[in-house]
Amino acid sequence: MLKINNLRKTYKDLVAVSDVSFTLERGQLVGLLGPNGAGKTTTVSMIAGLVTPDRGEVLIGDHRLSGDTDPVKRRIGLVPQDLALYDELTAHDNLRFFGALYDLTGAALEQSIASVLELVELSDRASDRVKTFSGGMKRRLNLAAGLLHDPDILLLDEPTVGVDPQSRNAIFDNLEALKQRGKALLYTTHYMEEAERLADRIVVIDHGNVIANETLAELHARVPAGPDGGRATLETVFLMLTGRSLRD
Amino acid sequence: MPITPLIAMVRKDLQLFFADRRAVIMSFIVPIAIGSFFGSIFSGPSTNTEAARIPVAIVDQDGSPISNDIVASARTDKNFALSLISADATRDQVRRGKMTVGVIIPKGFGDAAGKAFFSGGAKPQLDLLFDPSHATELAMVRGILTEHVMEAVSKEMFTGPGGRKAVDDALGHLQSTGLPSDEQRALGTMLHSVQAYYSQQDAAASTGASTRTRAPGLTMPYSTHEEAVTSGANIAYNGYAHSFAGMGIQFLLFATSGLGIEILLERQKGLWKRLRSAPISRLTLLAGKTLSMTIVALMTLLVSFAFAMVVFHVHISGSLIGFLSVAIATSLMAATFGLLIAALGHTPQAARGVSTLAVLMMVMLGGAWVPTFIFPSWLQQLTLVVPARWAVDGLDAMTWRGIGLAGAVAPTLVLLGFAAFFGIVAMSRFRWEEA
Ligand SMILES: Nc1ncnc2c1ncn2[C@@H]1O[C@H](COP(=O)(O)OP(=O)(O)OP(=O)(O)O)[C@@H](O)[C@H]1O
Ligand SMILES: [Mg+2]
Repeated sequence: MLKINNLRKTYKDLVAVSDVSFTLERGQLVGLLGPNGAGKTTTVSMIAGLVTPDRGEVLIGDHRLSGDTDPVKRRIGLVPQDLALYDELTAHDNLRFFGALYDLTGAALEQSIASVLELVELSDRASDRVKTFSGGMKRRLNLAAGLLHDPDILLLDEPTVGVDPQSRNAIFDNLEALKQRGKALLYTTHYMEEAERLADRIVVIDHGNVIANETLAELHARVPAGPDGGRATLETVFLMLTGRSLRD
Repeated sequence: MPITPLIAMVRKDLQLFFADRRAVIMSFIVPIAIGSFFGSIFSGPSTNTEAARIPVAIVDQDGSPISNDIVASARTDKNFALSLISADATRDQVRRGKMTVGVIIPKGFGDAAGKAFFSGGAKPQLDLLFDPSHATELAMVRGILTEHVMEAVSKEMFTGPGGRKAVDDALGHLQSTGLPSDEQRALGTMLHSVQAYYSQQDAAASTGASTRTRAPGLTMPYSTHEEAVTSGANIAYNGYAHSFAGMGIQFLLFATSGLGIEILLERQKGLWKRLRSAPISRLTLLAGKTLSMTIVALMTLLVSFAFAMVVFHVHISGSLIGFLSVAIATSLMAATFGLLIAALGHTPQAARGVSTLAVLMMVMLGGAWVPTFIFPSWLQQLTLVVPARWAVDGLDAMTWRGIGLAGAVAPTLVLLGFAAFFGIVAMSRFRWEEA
């Protein structure tokens, strides 16, 4: 459903993404892991059409993404790393605005607003201003805004930053439900346990290159069992792959 | 251009604008307050209010019939707010700025002035104390005073006892004037005729044959009729029309530069990226912003004018269509100016400082604070490159100057030209790439 081939992006001398390829299928969640500055957000931005790659291509279905107004962008939903919400507007007004950007109007728009609000359990707060929301509620609304136009592919850039365990679990449940409904999800995170719980496949990138692209089981098999005889944690695998030096 | 996203963007921007209480006060309340203030200062003499009187003090140290007369006629002068106080008090009040001009009539003034009137004796001095910040009023007071002094001196010379004495003295000292003998003779003849005129008046007074009042002295041989020239006889200059145009323009520019900075904030918060992920063209995104900024600017201008029309009786004496076209072109210019700030600005904080300075310079040079006609002529020429100048002039033309639709054409076209220029530069410099 989503196929990216040899994406590359440089900013002057800095290579943000060097060579990244992977695929994402219907009903699958791919975890995109990597340390700070690895090039995760840049990759997501290229897939969403916000940044033009220097090289490589993004294929949605069989269609090559091209241009700002490419209708195929409708099949993508972006849930950005920074909260993309207007604090001074109500939850409902925010959703109405983002829905209208995808040409949704009238009853169809109201219906999608109601259904995404229900999914993230914010129906009763629809007419409150976002600035009165807690961090977890804002994250859930941020997710809801990306789902309004019912995209096939969801790009989630660190969707659980600064969220308490309750809200985080609620978001996980939402994502699992979406996966069940056949959506394709790309999930960017630093949190290993999130990837362990959700991901069908894990793509690890570092310095703009893919250094691992495998299933959870394959990844675990790479390292010998820990001293207590149990499975190595993904944390260990990750540090082994990317090294221990500080980034940024 | 897809209409649903466009309307949604404008609606969202307006919702955010009205949710921001500071922005609303700055756009709708502050321009009205400052416009009213400047209007009341600059409204000048209008048909129904009297001209401001100049505070003038006269100190009469002479006490002669002539000085009494000067004081009496100055007292009736409608240009003066006259006080009679001591010399020390006068000096003190002028220094404090409470009195604009102080006139001191020194001892012996009447006498000496009479002598100087007929025979060119030493001219006595009037002391004028003035506030240096009111040099223009000094010139006015000097001119008006000349009239009163000439009238008082000549009246006394032709009809009063001082005149008889002065004529007798002048006749007695004819030889000592040093004039050539034929001129001495001619002056003698004239002074004798004046003596004859005096005796006739005395005779008429004693027989009661004449009920004529004392002859007046020399008076100004003309009077003036003053008319403020606007396009129609019934149109009065209204300082509020100018001040509300000026303040409306200043604050609509503040409003649009604020909205331009909002774009930078949207970018900083990652919202702009989110908008761009929707299948919308760059042109639509910028058009949405331009449209919402134009609407806010137009509302700012129209609200402050509506207030001025209701409260201060400002009229659109020119063309209503012309007024609206200048107003819309001004708003569009301001909107693209806001877009330019978004395109050229880096951080919202830095852009805020620079744009405030740019707006203040623009409106100051554009004549929004004080009308451009008081600028030196080189500056008047130079400010033609300032868009606010065209906006102020265009609105002035359509309001109190009462010029027809034709007067709106040039300002409208020039403002649209500025809008196109700002818009093109903004589009070409706008940063779209971001991770
Ligand atoms: N617009 C830009 N201009 C210049 N350099 C950029 C830009 N965007 C990203 N970079 C650089 O590209 C590299 C990759 O950044 P990116 O945001 O993709 O990393 P990331 O993996 O998402 O990091 P994080 O985990 O911190 O979100 C970083 O070194 C970053 O500084
Ligand atoms: Mg990132």
